[in-house]
Amino acid sequence: MTLRARVVVTRPSFHLDLDLTVAPGEVVALLGPNGAGKTTALRALAGLTPVDDGHITLDGRPLHTLAAEDRPVGMVFQDYLLFPHLSALENVAFGPRCRGVGRARARRTALEWLRRVGLEEYAAVRPGRLSGGQAQRVALARALAAEPRLLLLDEPLAALDAHTRLEIRSRLRRHLADFDGATVLVTHDPLDAMVLADRLVVVENGTVVQEGAPAEVARRPRTDYVARLVGLNLHRGAGAGSQVAVGEVSFSVADPVEGPAFVAFSPSAVALYRTRPDGSPRNLWQAVIEGMERHGDNVRVHLEGPLPVAADVTPAAVAELGLTPGQPIWVSVKATETHAYPA
Amino acid sequence: MIRSRRRPHRSQGRPPWLLLLPATLGIAFLVLPLAGLLVRAPWPTMAERLAEPQVLQALRLSLVTATLATLACLLLGVPLAWLLARVTFPGRRLLRALITVPLVLPPVVGGVALLLVLGRRGLIGQWLDETLGVTLPFTTAGVVVAEAFVAMPFLVISVEGALRAADTRLEEAAATLGASRMTVFRRVTLPLVAPGVLAGAVLCWARALGEFGATITFAGNFPGQTQTMPLAVYLALETEPEAAVVLSLVLLAVSVAILASLRDRWTGTA
Repeated sequence: MTLRARVVVTRPSFHLDLDLTVAPGEVVALLGPNGAGKTTALRALAGLTPVDDGHITLDGRPLHTLAAEDRPVGMVFQDYLLFPHLSALENVAFGPRCRGVGRARARRTALEWLRRVGLEEYAAVRPGRLSGGQAQRVALARALAAEPRLLLLDEPLAALDAHTRLEIRSRLRRHLADFDGATVLVTHDPLDAMVLADRLVVVENGTVVQEGAPAEVARRPRTDYVARLVGLNLHRGAGAGSQVAVGEVSFSVADPVEGPAFVAFSPSAVALYRTRPDGSPRNLWQAVIEGMERHGDNVRVHLEGPLPVAADVTPAAVAELGLTPGQPIWVSVKATETHAYPA
Repeated sequence: MIRSRRRPHRSQGRPPWLLLLPATLGIAFLVLPLAGLLVRAPWPTMAERLAEPQVLQALRLSLVTATLATLACLLLGVPLAWLLARVTFPGRRLLRALITVPLVLPPVVGGVALLLVLGRRGLIGQWLDETLGVTLPFTTAGVVVAEAFVAMPFLVISVEGALRAADTRLEEAAATLGASRMTVFRRVTLPLVAPGVLAGAVLCWARALGEFGATITFAGNFPGQTQTMPLAVYLALETEPEAAVVLSLVLLAVSVAILASLRDRWTGTA
């Protein structure tokens, strides 16, 4: 059930050109900011948005020539789009009925799917009376009951409150693990993507800017957007062995690198000093405090200067150093916690 | 639907006479004729007048033809509304304009136009008459045709509005589940717009029931065959004014009943 797709959609103010390969049983998350083209890509795969160029094949069978209703695709929409005039059971039985299954068998299949998502007793209930989490599970059951070979999920958890989200996320993860077809998931939430997906594809402005295993993407971001998502400082510089020059600041790094390189470090690896510290002059520069905000148990300090950097310090340190916005400060980053990799 | 909350009362001063006076006249103008109908009605003899065969005949004919016309409008009008709302094709706006012409056309002109096309010597009527032996003008079927012609735009506009307001993404969801466009229409679209179709049908039925101009032009005025209530009212006025009042009251009662059934939908209040 390998999905191979190149999807090109051109609009007056927008251009999407996406290459995507998904192995059977694999869950790929399209991660990106709003308006990056993730949902458009998903709709193109489903056949709901026409593509201007490209191809979509599932196990070598072309899909892009088929109408939406003829594609072996199941889709879970962001706001679920359950049919309001049908019961939960009839909603789930809708797909099998459309694929030519008899009424009685379709109802049995639907009931089995409702049991799998734990909503057997809600079979006769209309969607209007379901909670958000229940509606999401019915929507998943409805998509899977049609026996798709490709499952598409558009922001499946975005409409849920924080508590429900946690529970539904782990349930969804189990169901996705049981599904043997290809799955493409769209989200702008890095946590959803990390938990649910085997592989991340980061999309910005209609193109793939980075892809890889969640841990790999989290450790080695390649764009400012990804760096912000995973909470790292990211800078581009020139590598020469164990030195990377970023503007006028020279970084000592743990892993040697040559040529154009990224330097990434966590805000917690940044140390602040009122006076210039003794010892190593590397990874050291003078900056100005731009602003401060609460960040978990710590305080996040935004620094201006040769490099815009975020630093996490304890509230005690803020008091001790007497940090105030506009104040000049010395900044250093531990070399052992500075990762460098080719750009 | 979001109900507008009652605004906190604030002193607004007295409404200006320049607006209050014409508004009061307007109310009188709309309500007094109906009140007059009630006042001048021959209440003591009402029961026996209602039971007169001509009255019952005209009433039955009106109800039957209006209902048949509404069914014809549903059969043709709902798919037409779907076409206008869901399929993009060149000339769609022009077509929509053409379809609404009977809405503003004087019904007599509609009757004349129908005669020219479906009359015995008409473009299609002649062929119908010669090959199928079907004659429409001056028959009960002709009444249905005239009423449907005048009333169908009401249904089409109402249903098209409902279709445009319905969430088309539900139809997309159905398509991803393997539903063909016909299945989508039957199992998703139609149930979603059912209230709009019902409202359109009631409106269409009311319009058909009150139809006069096109009916008398195209179908004539034969008691028991083509003489519907409005035609009977008009004729009775010349010979027997009291009978006209009775017939008018019956139509008024039907209109009020329709308005009551649509109250929630049209006035937006429960």
